[in-house]
Amino acid sequence: MSTIKLKKGYDLKLKGGITQLEITGNPATSSCYGIIPDDFTGIIPRLDKKPGETVKAGEPIYHDKNFEKVKVTSPVSGTIKEVCRGERRKIEAIIIEPDGKDEQIKHDISQPVIDVLVESGLWVMLRQRPYDVVPNPDVRPRDIFVTGFDSAPLAPNLIFVMGEKSKYLEKGIEVLSTLTDGKVYIGVNNSEITISGAEVNIFEGPHPAGNAGIQAANLKPVNKGDVIWTLDIVTLARIGELFTTGIVSHDTVVALTGECVAQPRYVKSTIGCSISSLLGDEVKDDARIISGNVLTGVKVNVDSFLRAPYRQITVIPENNNPDEFMGWASLNPKRFSLYRTFTSWLCGKREISMDARIKGGERAIVRLDEYDNMLPMDIYAEFLIKAIISFDIDKMEQLGIYEVAPEDFALAEFACTSKLELQRIVREGLDRMRAEMA
Amino acid sequence: MDKVKPHFMPGGRLEKLQSVYDGMETFLFTPNTTSQTGVHIHDGNDLKRTMITVVVALLPALLFAMYNIGYQHFIAIGQPDAPFMTMFGYGLLALLPCIVVSYAVGLGIEFIAAQIHHKEIQEGFLVTGILIPLIVPINTPLWMVAVATAFAVIFAKEVFGGTGMNIFNVALITRAFLFFAYPSRMSGDAAFVKTDCILGIGEGSVIDTYTGATPLGQLATHVGDTLQLNNVIGEPITTCDAFMGLIAGSPGETSMIAILIGAAILLITGVASWRVMASVFVGGLAMASLAHAFPTPTYAASMLDPISQLCYGGFAFAAVFMATDPVTGARTRTGQYIYGFLIGVFAILIRVYNGGYPEGAMLAILLMNAFAPLIDHCVVSSNIKRRARRATVK
Repeated sequence: MSTIKLKKGYDLKLKGGITQLEITGNPATSSCYGIIPDDFTGIIPRLDKKPGETVKAGEPIYHDKNFEKVKVTSPVSGTIKEVCRGERRKIEAIIIEPDGKDEQIKHDISQPVIDVLVESGLWVMLRQRPYDVVPNPDVRPRDIFVTGFDSAPLAPNLIFVMGEKSKYLEKGIEVLSTLTDGKVYIGVNNSEITISGAEVNIFEGPHPAGNAGIQAANLKPVNKGDVIWTLDIVTLARIGELFTTGIVSHDTVVALTGECVAQPRYVKSTIGCSISSLLGDEVKDDARIISGNVLTGVKVNVDSFLRAPYRQITVIPENNNPDEFMGWASLNPKRFSLYRTFTSWLCGKREISMDARIKGGERAIVRLDEYDNMLPMDIYAEFLIKAIISFDIDKMEQLGIYEVAPEDFALAEFACTSKLELQRIVREGLDRMRAEMA
Repeated sequence: MDKVKPHFMPGGRLEKLQSVYDGMETFLFTPNTTSQTGVHIHDGNDLKRTMITVVVALLPALLFAMYNIGYQHFIAIGQPDAPFMTMFGYGLLALLPCIVVSYAVGLGIEFIAAQIHHKEIQEGFLVTGILIPLIVPINTPLWMVAVATAFAVIFAKEVFGGTGMNIFNVALITRAFLFFAYPSRMSGDAAFVKTDCILGIGEGSVIDTYTGATPLGQLATHVGDTLQLNNVIGEPITTCDAFMGLIAGSPGETSMIAILIGAAILLITGVASWRVMASVFVGGLAMASLAHAFPTPTYAASMLDPISQLCYGGFAFAAVFMATDPVTGARTRTGQYIYGFLIGVFAILIRVYNGGYPEGAMLAILLMNAFAPLIDHCVVSSNIKRRARRATVK
């Protein structure tokens, strides 16, 4: 066990954090559940179930076009109510109406590990670098990196979210170890956590220290030709549970956070549950509901569903209608900025309130070091971004595109003075690169 | 604003002014658009604020420039006891037309370019527009300022794609254009002190001992073994005077104190890179010390001690406000040290050993602007090589 100190990055102390590690209320029950194919980047869905057909919890509802054995499963038993399609008949959501019977699929765990994993639906919770997509089951990874904490703003405590499932961790490590010739690395943020069977490292420092990719970059970077897998510790425990009991558990603990949540808290729920079942009518119309954290989460509304990785909801003010007069001249210390061009730094570190406004127009990159200060990797982030924008494949490769995922750039996107959509740029770069290399 | 908005949208009567409308709207009100993709919260800082911070940092130098223009005028006409406000008022009236012309021409071109490209008006010229009056000699005719500004904005900036895309510092291109197109008006004894009266303020004729020569101008024409710099009426001056700034020179560059206040603002707010700023001074000191170690009357400036070298002329102003331009400078951290250091070295090298150019900072920065991408390329290459070595597959 070694300690790795990361200096770059920033911990945004937003209002609406959870103070008590306890689960409030009864498990939220939802009148329907939704699976969103966009959550599983890299998979082209081909439906296994049509609307009206019944499914059991853990039964596949669609598979990948390219790797047919990779499947996405239903979190509950019930009936397929609707398949929502968007432009060019792209599947946007699959909605399942529960029947309350709670019938579970039991997997035959004597089968080869990979086969069980892809069939169980847990496979799609893993990501591979390069490209930050669901892993190709035919490629053996160099190493597997598990992150034991989420460092994003208001993020839940993963050890708490994992709860009693932590007893399955060792089984999970044992299973994953058979899939790689290298090691299983686990990155944690405090030394009290002891896990045997894997190489545990302590990461100290601000967000994005909790990103598995950042941890990998600081332990053993992804080189050209390498493949690594990343996952979080909750998924690892689920894998362990699967290989102990033969059943995938779909229950999850969700952190309801953000300044627009009356009482930030943890609630028990199920993967794919509806947002309204979690928040009820607690949220006002002008609030922005994010499934996930403020940096990498997805904008949702009360009628839609909890998105992968199924553990956090953040609600912040949308605030899309104030005409802030000459905001660029503001001396208001409440206008938060990482930079000392505004006065917020004079007030020290305190909890801040942020709304969804972009607060500026898109510009060319002007300020120095903005991205580098937010990305604890040995990468010239600005040069990489420019290479991606100009889609210079050689340059992208040379500058380390294989090591990064969009989430690693989320903090830099927050900080960007020029208001560039870095995560989108990186995602598009990875997708095009992947298509080009295929 | 919202009432007149439809006229400016495509199809409206004034659609040709859409960029101007957008510019005014975002100037008056912070855009209330919210993020739709990507991160849901954004830092409060934007390019407008960044640029405004630089303008604020320039204010001490600007205000001091106004006072000093008046001060130089009144000592030239033998009235050193004129009231402070009269001196300041004189300087204000002398400098204001130049500021107005610089902004009007530069922003006018920016507005037109933005409309042609259907883009938002960008803020880069906010800083350039105030830098130009501070670095061109006060006696430059306004039409020259207008021509030079137009040349610089069009050919040094818009052809490259506007703010953030230019290779050379726009304000320095303006200065260089003037310097090479109208050399007789840009140096010598008649350029730097305004001697005529403005709107009845500062009437009088220059006294007999008046020369109007700047310290660096004197160095360039100096002969003999002993060096004594004088002010515009032939009285001796010291480095302390240069530090205070009550000497002749381009409006913004004279006062080290005002420049240092500006530097403090830039460094505290983090807008400018301390790496560049510090390494320019280090480079300048190193070269000045080297030159001073071998003083020779042929190159009179080599007789100046290193600290004085930094205080006289436009060196400090260039180090603080010009070299730190992030767009035209080196963008990697290691690159910033090299870039700054070489600017310092070249600025003093040109000043001391090239009689044709009494001030080297402008040319040094333009030269290094051209080399900045190469410096970055070398620094980034080391990262690329490190990554390639790690890889097992080629």
